[in-house]
Amino acid sequence: MGHERVAVVGIGQTKHQATRGDVSVAGLLREAAQRALADAHMTWTDIDAVVIGKAPDFFEGVMMPELFLADALGCTGKPMFRVHTAGSVGGSTAIVASQLVAAGIHERVLTVAFEKQSESEAMWALSLPMPFTPPLHAGAGGYFAPHIRSYIRRSKSPDHIGILVALKDRQNGLKNPYAHLHEPEISFDSIKDSMMLWDPIRYAETCPSSDGACALVLGSEKVADDAAAEGRQPAWIQGTAMRSEPTLSAERDTVLPLGGALCAADVYKQAGITNPRKDVDCVEMYVPFSWFEPMWLENLGFAEPGEGWKMTEDGATALDGDLPVNMSGGVLCTNPIGASGMLRFGETAMQVRGTAGDHQVDGVRKAVGHAYGGGSQFFAMWVVGSEKP
Amino acid sequence: MPDITLPESLRDVEAVRSVRTPAQLDYQVVAGDATTRFLRNITKKRIVGQRAPGGRVYVPPRGADPELGQATPIEVEVAQVGTVTSFCVVNLQFYGSGMEIPYTSALILLDGADLSIMHLIQEIPADQVRIGMRVEAVWRDDADIEPTLESIKWFRPTGEPDDVNVRIPGEKRGTGLGSWPGGVPPTELVVRNPRTGLGGTAADGGED
Repeated sequence: MGHERVAVVGIGQTKHQATRGDVSVAGLLREAAQRALADAHMTWTDIDAVVIGKAPDFFEGVMMPELFLADALGCTGKPMFRVHTAGSVGGSTAIVASQLVAAGIHERVLTVAFEKQSESEAMWALSLPMPFTPPLHAGAGGYFAPHIRSYIRRSKSPDHIGILVALKDRQNGLKNPYAHLHEPEISFDSIKDSMMLWDPIRYAETCPSSDGACALVLGSEKVADDAAAEGRQPAWIQGTAMRSEPTLSAERDTVLPLGGALCAADVYKQAGITNPRKDVDCVEMYVPFSWFEPMWLENLGFAEPGEGWKMTEDGATALDGDLPVNMSGGVLCTNPIGASGMLRFGETAMQVRGTAGDHQVDGVRKAVGHAYGGGSQFFAMWVVGSEKP
Repeated sequence: MPDITLPESLRDVEAVRSVRTPAQLDYQVVAGDATTRFLRNITKKRIVGQRAPGGRVYVPPRGADPELGQATPIEVEVAQVGTVTSFCVVNLQFYGSGMEIPYTSALILLDGADLSIMHLIQEIPADQVRIGMRVEAVWRDDADIEPTLESIKWFRPTGEPDDVNVRIPGEKRGTGLGSWPGGVPPTELVVRNPRTGLGGTAADGGED
């Protein structure tokens, strides 16, 4: 964090769905960005710089899409940055944007992130054959399934925990008008009976492929104070952290990656959080496959090792639990990959501002946003609060 | 929005929503010294890794310790038998995959190595594969051996008893490196600092 205070003063997102055939990539981004600007009571000309993020260019097959998006995002004559940290990119993009304000360089920064999966082939892009090795990779699910199996073994978790997470997140998603999946008929049994895609991951425990974008307007203390004076609560950024680690280190723990825990410890320290379970009011974490909820609960210090699944089973992570997790429905309801991290961060800001609608948790003063990417090797987190840091 | 009228000739044509345009990239790989040596040994049906300064053996070797960046010049032959540390049964067919489903891809910790490799498990029904199962490499016919890990067709059960205490890399006493026992966060000291070389209680591979 730099020296200047930073707050989220505008949030926008698209209606996410499998195919947004009505808009181009540029149109998708503008839909989110214009909503964020309207929310911030700003126009394009108020923005000093734009920071854009998306997941690998391989997905849509367009190298460096920021080149053709610069004009659509009003960047003419302004600085523009592209950030890329795989699935965590939506989070790290927002953090990079916040740093431009924290450093005192800019007053108002627009940050946007997106994916248009209908125009991409993510399974293919995530399964490219590596030279000299057997072509066994089967997308993100194939990569993470062994890690989930390891978690189940070491935590002695009962098999139904993943189903409970999927059910909770899909039910939360019903309250979020922007969520991609709205499945009112979903039930424990329908999830249980869905196909085992990557054993132990079932189809209904997997995120969808979505088209969507998210945008945030980040402002300086003065900008945020002005918004507050007009009755618009800013979401003050109380801490940001990123960590990386090598995927092929011999002692790396792929279930509870050290980098994730160090990222959490860093961001909590900045935000004055000493007891995460008690001090945090709600969390949006990156759960693309249901079992990652209990795994991240342990990795981020909300549960003792091996006990994250008990929080899920006890209902602690439900919308009315003591630590609501993924109030928006999370990645399990909406996964425009590059935007997914920013949607987590954006939801925490909405919760703090009290603008989350039907999925609002009462009295949120501190919320944690989390994203991870690559082979569980990139981590991005922030803490936002209703009070100035 | 002005009214747009399609030309007569296009009126009955089905609207096109998307066009699939497969892309292909042909490239040459410069394997580098560590991979070259590894693959030359593969053509002799030997699996040879490299030992890092902390003692860990990397297979396949990449010539450097991923944390410290230090060279790992000491070659160590490892066994062709090992233990399944985890696995996935893939039931999903997708564009670009040449695999027949279902198939079982497993992380296999070869005896003498410190990092699991991913390979195929065969000669056992998918629902009988388990963590701790002992497996051995099955090579292609000698005439078909090439400098690739695909020269090992798959791994199959050895029939030995399971190694129920298999050391899963990173699973330190069943809790993991990235957890908070007693609510205490892990510290940077758990891993060696690549800039200073200090720290590293996990330097022994997580056995503590």
